[in-house]
Amino acid sequence: MVENRPLFMVFVHLTLILGVLIVALPIYVTFVASTQAPGDVLRAPIPMTMGDQLAHNYSAVLGTGLERASSGPVAPMMLNSFIMAMGIAIGKIAISLLSAFAIVYFRFPGRMLAFWTIFITLMLPVEVRILPTYEVMAQLKLLNTYTGLILPLIASATATFLFRQFFMTVPDELVEAARVDGAGPMKFFWDILLPLSRTNIAALFVILFIYGWNQYLWPLLITTDESMYTIVMAIQRMVVAAENEPEWHFITAVAVLALIPPVLVVVFMQRLFVKGLVDTEK
Amino acid sequence: MAEVTVTDIVKNFGKVEVLKKVSVRIEDGELLVILGPSGCGKSTLLRIIAGLETATSGDVHIGERLVNDLEPAERDIAMVFQNYALYPHMSVRQNMAYGLKNLGTPKPIIEQRVAEAAKILGLADLLDRKPRQLSGGQRQRVAMGRAIVREPKAFLFDEPLSNLDAKLRVQMRHEIRELQNRLKTTGIFVTHDQVEAMTLGDRLMVLNAGVVEQIGAPFEVYSRPASLFVAEFIGSPAMNLLDGDIDQDGRKVAFGGTHLPLGQPLTNHAGRRVRVGLRPEHLGEAVAGSTATADPTPGALDVLIEWIELLGADTVAHGRLQDGQVVTVRLPGDHLVQTGDRLAVVLAPANLHLFDPQTGTRLEHTA
Ligand SMILES: Nc1ncnc2c1ncn2[C@@H]1O[C@H](COP(=O)(O)OP(=O)(O)OP(=O)(O)O)[C@@H](O)[C@H]1O
Ligand SMILES: [Mg+2]
Repeated sequence: MVENRPLFMVFVHLTLILGVLIVALPIYVTFVASTQAPGDVLRAPIPMTMGDQLAHNYSAVLGTGLERASSGPVAPMMLNSFIMAMGIAIGKIAISLLSAFAIVYFRFPGRMLAFWTIFITLMLPVEVRILPTYEVMAQLKLLNTYTGLILPLIASATATFLFRQFFMTVPDELVEAARVDGAGPMKFFWDILLPLSRTNIAALFVILFIYGWNQYLWPLLITTDESMYTIVMAIQRMVVAAENEPEWHFITAVAVLALIPPVLVVVFMQRLFVKGLVDTEK
Repeated sequence: MAEVTVTDIVKNFGKVEVLKKVSVRIEDGELLVILGPSGCGKSTLLRIIAGLETATSGDVHIGERLVNDLEPAERDIAMVFQNYALYPHMSVRQNMAYGLKNLGTPKPIIEQRVAEAAKILGLADLLDRKPRQLSGGQRQRVAMGRAIVREPKAFLFDEPLSNLDAKLRVQMRHEIRELQNRLKTTGIFVTHDQVEAMTLGDRLMVLNAGVVEQIGAPFEVYSRPASLFVAEFIGSPAMNLLDGDIDQDGRKVAFGGTHLPLGQPLTNHAGRRVRVGLRPEHLGEAVAGSTATADPTPGALDVLIEWIELLGADTVAHGRLQDGQVVTVRLPGDHLVQTGDRLAVVLAPANLHLFDPQTGTRLEHTA
């Protein structure tokens, strides 16, 4: 639909601007709060202009930690979160690529059973199976490790399903051409299937990175050692820190920091991401 | 370079028998065209030769080698697919080089062969493009190039021209023929297009429901169809097939209210009921009036025209014989006829085809 009436254009833009404002306002308020001096945040009209404590607040959270909330510096937590998010995103993509490859291109006994088993796990989110998973991880002595943070979240029915759907759109002739050209199964996977899935992988990476980064319940359960905390769980811990008033100017700073890596991932991957959503290069 | 021998190939998909004991030998350097209606098993046969499908029983030899259990890549063949099947993310150069690379061919040789093929096919300026930046005809050439660089023992084509427009198809047909003449590589070309089949191949194999109906030079298949199926399938407009009877001494056939002398007496089939085949293009109007030979045109057919198609170069007239059987006559385009006209039509005895109505086989004089 191509509409060129000026009134319509104004209307469209107003709607979009309104949408942006609704999304951006809370983030702006959070950011402003993170630049205030202690106490200013909670003063009657919520401050809407930048305070002068930006450098101080951020270096405090990042470097020295918060004494009153008994929380260490946030920088190592960001690293933990980053490792976890990357691990989950890459692991999920690798595993689901391979399982989709197996399901689509190989005829083995129990193939459909395998597919439906994977598919059914879509109905079991992390929260439902969290206790048995915890038990398994504890038995394997994987509490307070990156492996423990990442491994249980790696299996992904959604990604497997998406890749399966994509692989099924790859023409049979292409597979046969590769066979005639002497490409064995793994060579076909590397040389042809993987490059063709590039945009899908990028799109999925963005989504999964954010999914991994935002994990809250699982890290909360499995980490007891402060050196393994992730930033998202840290925010929560600071809010409920025992007995003390929450230090909102610090907490908002941490929240803003927690926002940055996912945003960067989206920005850098955007070109590929959008391409992956709108076209498939076949 | 090698001959390809197919022996007693049977292929079942579940309960359905798609190929029923197909045998054919393709000579070294020959181009065989496999022609048949949709679903007759052409692609299946080609894919069995390529190794993309396994036969239920039967053997495929390429050269001296039995290849039944070899992977496609080990059979030393190259295939050109209907939809080209180019790798979308690779450049033209990479597409052509991929097979050689997998064989472990040294880089300089790959480069040289790709350059050569590109030159032959006029792709030299397009080597760095991606398939999606090419026109249909160019993609077709890349697919050919991918086959050529391998220098295989045989080329297999599965309807490679069916996605091109009519004009390009004629051109590519010519190019494939030229290329095959030049390279002298054994080739098998599957099509359901008659014109392609007639013009392209050294020999033609007509397949019907998994059975080989006839193998022969294109003109032979046209002029001496071995069965009713071939007779009807080859030629456009299709051959007229009428009911008739051979007379008692086997020298004439009676149908449509007249008698026609046979080119060769068929004494061994005297008195039989037969199917009579007449090609519309072999029927012509009898020269009428006083200039005619002393005989009243012997055995002219009396056709009552019911409707006509004016094609420009030709006029195709559809009508009925005296006994009500339908015939089609192809006349020159400037020949003016009208619905309701009566036409006296003759044909040379040599152009008369007779078939057994039960088995469909061609009836010949057996000496
Ligand atoms: N994988 C398969 N499983 C079951 N039946 C099949 C399979 N492949 C082909 N067939 C059947 O085998 C028959 C022959 O198929 P084939 O593809 O060889 O036909 P074709 O002569 O190439 O036809 P077309 O001109 O339409 O390409 C068809 O009836 C088809 O339905
Ligand atoms: Mg086919």
